[in-house]
Amino acid sequence: MTEPAISFQGVTRRYPQKGDSEVVALHDIWLDVPKGAITGIIGRSGAGKSTLLRMVNGLERPSTGKVIVNDHDVGAASTASLRRIRREVGMIFQHFNLLASRTVAENIALPLEIAGEDSGKIAPRVTELIERVGLTEQADRYPAELSGGQKQRVGIARALATGPRVLLSDEATSALDPDTTRQVLELLHSINRELGLTILLITHEMAVVRDICTQVAVIEAGRIVEAGDTYEVFSKPAHPTTRSFLTGVTGVAVPQFVAHRMQETPPSPTAEAVVQITFIGNHATDPMLARLTSERGVSVNILAGAIEEIGTKPFGSLIVALPAPRLEESRRFLEEHGLLTEVLGYVG
Amino acid sequence: MSANLIPILWQATLQTLYMVTTSTLIGTLIGLPLGVFLATSRRGELLSAPWLNSLLGLIVNAARSTPFIILVVAITPLTQLIAGTSIGTTASIVPLTIAAAPFIARLIETAIREIDAGLIEAARAMGATPVQIIRKVLIPEALPGIILGLTLAVVSLIGYSAMVGAVGGKGLGDLGIRYGYQRFMPEVMLTVVIILIVLVQLVQSVGEWIASRFDKRAPRNRGR
Repeated sequence: MTEPAISFQGVTRRYPQKGDSEVVALHDIWLDVPKGAITGIIGRSGAGKSTLLRMVNGLERPSTGKVIVNDHDVGAASTASLRRIRREVGMIFQHFNLLASRTVAENIALPLEIAGEDSGKIAPRVTELIERVGLTEQADRYPAELSGGQKQRVGIARALATGPRVLLSDEATSALDPDTTRQVLELLHSINRELGLTILLITHEMAVVRDICTQVAVIEAGRIVEAGDTYEVFSKPAHPTTRSFLTGVTGVAVPQFVAHRMQETPPSPTAEAVVQITFIGNHATDPMLARLTSERGVSVNILAGAIEEIGTKPFGSLIVALPAPRLEESRRFLEEHGLLTEVLGYVG
Repeated sequence: MSANLIPILWQATLQTLYMVTTSTLIGTLIGLPLGVFLATSRRGELLSAPWLNSLLGLIVNAARSTPFIILVVAITPLTQLIAGTSIGTTASIVPLTIAAAPFIARLIETAIREIDAGLIEAARAMGATPVQIIRKVLIPEALPGIILGLTLAVVSLIGYSAMVGAVGGKGLGDLGIRYGYQRFMPEVMLTVVIILIVLVQLVQSVGEWIASRFDKRAPRNRGR
């Protein structure tokens, strides 16, 4: 494996409080962000993801541990070298943070002016970036005249201006509607592919991770509780936090009329077990449930289900009810064929 | 009102304009950097210097809480030192400027503090130095607010300039007192008041117009 673009090595961040107490925002974080990939850090607000992201461009410094970005030790960098590192790391924001007093073109020119670029070189570069994000028509407009999606495109063009190798995204789509979110994510995805840019994003929406991230880390109370290949993490979520994010993204939940009757143990010998089946890879297209019925004679009722695509791989989740006495046998059958099962409860 | 009063009124108007314009200009030269510093030097801010921030804040508050007429009299030696004389129109620019600078500094500080901290963070993430952030982000973004603040300062200075008659500053206010009150010529007093009202109206309208030209925050201010 090649050198990671970003490497968190035992990073802890403490905030001293009044008196002797302190708040630990991040606790011993070890995480490698691979070059050229899109990595998502997902967590609820206050989980520490924002602090973690800001370590990459030195807006926050670790209390202990190291943050290595493009072979630079950011936490230990001097003020001057930190400014150079920051020009290699672009950043986009939830609320765009565009200057209201500057037009689209002038906003995109700002990082180039700050880097001391010749004014003769700035104009053609800005034109190129505006075309890249599809805002040629809006070049001379002010941010107040743009839609949210257009503002974030300006933010992206601005972040790319100095030709960074890493792009940080701080909840970049959280203020946008679903349609616009999809367009902005597509733009990020195409930038990642065409420029080979490493993208590290933080979000509280699993859908964002599902749509564009190849790697994911789940953060909870300042600790990374689960990390790895998105597909792996999605199909075999080990931590309760990951599971709770997943129910939202697959849109699969036990229907109300079943949920309120559900119990932890079988109420009668004829009870039915409610089972969540997670489909992995090509199995998703196999008619496994039909085979369970035809080969084993187990009748299965589908209560809820959805099939999604993560990257190019199918991934889905079904909630079914099947006779409790046949539960163990059915689970074995499904797991032998590469499906994951989880018993949610029983109904009488 | 006799015709020979018109040149006197005209001259007094010019004196007022001279005092107000000069003290606003010099007051802004001092107040702008001071205001920017006050807005960016609390603990953890861009130019973090909490001790100096508190000290300057104290001086600004002291200057602003001193009644203007007392300030005029109290700083007579300083006025003598700077202007070479302690009476007359030019001399009265000294106390007017000393009153204007801290006022302008506070107005500019307020305008800059209105700016979303996210913009400063974005500029820092670009690798901007504190000076670049001030020049390229804070001042341009705060400009509409700064212009409205300066408008307010000019209006206040027009009022203050009426008081410097006490040290021979002349101008409209002084004319109103001497002719209108002491010589019992109410029509002169009335004319002076009308001229001052027109002046303030004019300054306010022009200030608001310029501020709106620079304000790109709402689509209605596109100016095209």
